[in-house]
Amino acid sequence: MTTATSTSTTKDRPQDAEDTYTPTAESLQSVLAPGERPPRPSALSASLTFGWRSMLKIKHVPEQLFDVTVFPIMMTLMFTYLFGGALAGSTAEYLQYLLPGIMVMSVVMTTMYTGVAVNTDISKGIFDRFRTLPVWRPAAMVGYLLGDMLRYALASVVILVVGLILGYRPDGGVFGVTAAILLLIGFSFAFSWIWTMFGLLLRSEKSVMGVSMMVLFPLTFLSNILVEPETMPGWLQAFVDVSPVTHLVAAARGLMDGNTDTGEIGWVLVASAVLIAVFGTLTMRLYNRK
Amino acid sequence: MSNHRGQPAIETTGLVKTFGENRAVDGVDLVVPAGTVYGVLGPNGAGKTTTVRMLATLLRPDAGEARVFGLDVVGQAAAVRSRVSLTGQYASVDEDLTGMENLVLLARLLGHRKPAARERAASLLDAFGLTAAADRQVKAYSGGMRRRLDIAASIINTPDLLFLDEPTTGLDPRSRNQVWDIVRAVVAQGTTVLLTTQYLDEADQLAGRIAVIDTGRVIAEGTPGQLKSSVGSGSVHVRLRESHQRAEAQELLTRVLGASVQADADPVGLTARLMPGGQAGPAELASRALGELAAGGIVVDDFSLGQPSLDEVFLALTDRKNAAAGGTHPTDAKQEAVA
Repeated sequence: MTTATSTSTTKDRPQDAEDTYTPTAESLQSVLAPGERPPRPSALSASLTFGWRSMLKIKHVPEQLFDVTVFPIMMTLMFTYLFGGALAGSTAEYLQYLLPGIMVMSVVMTTMYTGVAVNTDISKGIFDRFRTLPVWRPAAMVGYLLGDMLRYALASVVILVVGLILGYRPDGGVFGVTAAILLLIGFSFAFSWIWTMFGLLLRSEKSVMGVSMMVLFPLTFLSNILVEPETMPGWLQAFVDVSPVTHLVAAARGLMDGNTDTGEIGWVLVASAVLIAVFGTLTMRLYNRK
Repeated sequence: MSNHRGQPAIETTGLVKTFGENRAVDGVDLVVPAGTVYGVLGPNGAGKTTTVRMLATLLRPDAGEARVFGLDVVGQAAAVRSRVSLTGQYASVDEDLTGMENLVLLARLLGHRKPAARERAASLLDAFGLTAAADRQVKAYSGGMRRRLDIAASIINTPDLLFLDEPTTGLDPRSRNQVWDIVRAVVAQGTTVLLTTQYLDEADQLAGRIAVIDTGRVIAEGTPGQLKSSVGSGSVHVRLRESHQRAEAQELLTRVLGASVQADADPVGLTARLMPGGQAGPAELASRALGELAAGGIVVDDFSLGQPSLDEVFLALTDRKNAAAGGTHPTDAKQEAVA
């Protein structure tokens, strides 16, 4: 049943050769001496520390920024030149309409990586360590999202720059564009709680990806991002009209075009609050009970 | 650091956790005295990890009660968390980050300010022989280095209770000895250690008391010595010169030792398991037996007298359990012996 051989599973790595450590009683004693325990960190400080971890991961694995740099560029170029002539008569016309929408699409699609990151951590042991720490419970989750907000900002800026190069001119000026990007990041932060929930709920990274795609594709394509909803059949318009993505795009478009629609902005802020209240609660319930 | 002497570090009664149909932990009662290493021994799937996860507030028990330093692991989970640390079965460090970053991250989460966190991380890395690897990603660490970093991460704030879930599984002998030395230092400083293992020599080496777990239940509990004596006081092994004399020798040994004697796979080998409780000690019995063999004209080429290993204890205990469950098992002599 059990034998005490431990050789079969040993992973030999080159570093073993230089690993000639012998623990000494004195050095161990000095680090083990119970020092003063600092007070537990504030909720904000713990969240920021978890956010710092996300930054470090970006530093060590910069490839993960592909999806917020190359992917958005691809999307912008693809849809501008694919649909421009057919839908708006010219690519220049279409870009003016498309750019705020494609920004929303790229960023909202990127949110799914939050769930994947949570799920990956669970499958490794680090998650158990976090959960046994005496810190504010949602901090670990907020940390993921803080890191992701940086990614969302990066994706937004990349798209804006590509748009400006291609000839996009926002009438809303710096203020309008900044406000639109902030609104988008704020909404995406709220929206990501859906994925933290799925990240905790589902068993594998693949199933998290699968569910995310199933939600994100219809949610982004069935909206006012690529086309005006007026040409859609009535039942589809009904769906598009209530979709939070549609309202977000309308609000962002308004801000960037220089005709701010406070109604749409209000709608987006309320939707964000509801998303956090519902999915934030569900996420924390799963996090505590897992 | 308020260890009331006499208050156990861990006390569980009737702890149960089920996953669907599977009762992974099926009524575990444990009392772990503070300031000791307590071994939880069992094969894969016995319920060791599930038990530890409940005690470390990672899983909610379905039934029963568990207290850590008198604190309820469900109702007072936050207070429990501030007194315990867990080094899980799979490295509980971030592989993408460097060793230094891992420790600084955790020190910050435990409330140390940045300079203090860095200082603490550096001295831990030094004590654990990881200074040279401080700025390498953990991904590139060997199994032993990763395990040491993992334990270092658990003692950033010296915990009152440290859970080590199979700390040496998959490590080479050198790394295993390093981990053992660290565990001894940790407990010498006053921390209680709950150690799960599937290696019997590990429990024997480190633990003051051991609970043997199989299929979610504690099937035996005691000091390593007590567990060993529960299956016999040792074994006598002889190798004869002539294989045709074996039957005769077996009969003679059975009579002299008053124990069951088994023929080994080796055609000239015989093994007798000595039972405790007789007037004569194992050495006395063995020398008497050798004298009788010589008097009977049976030449003995090789002889040894051994303590029972914990492996034998473990197999004997699980055998007994299977027998009690109604299964038939070939080694019935052993079951009778430990009943």
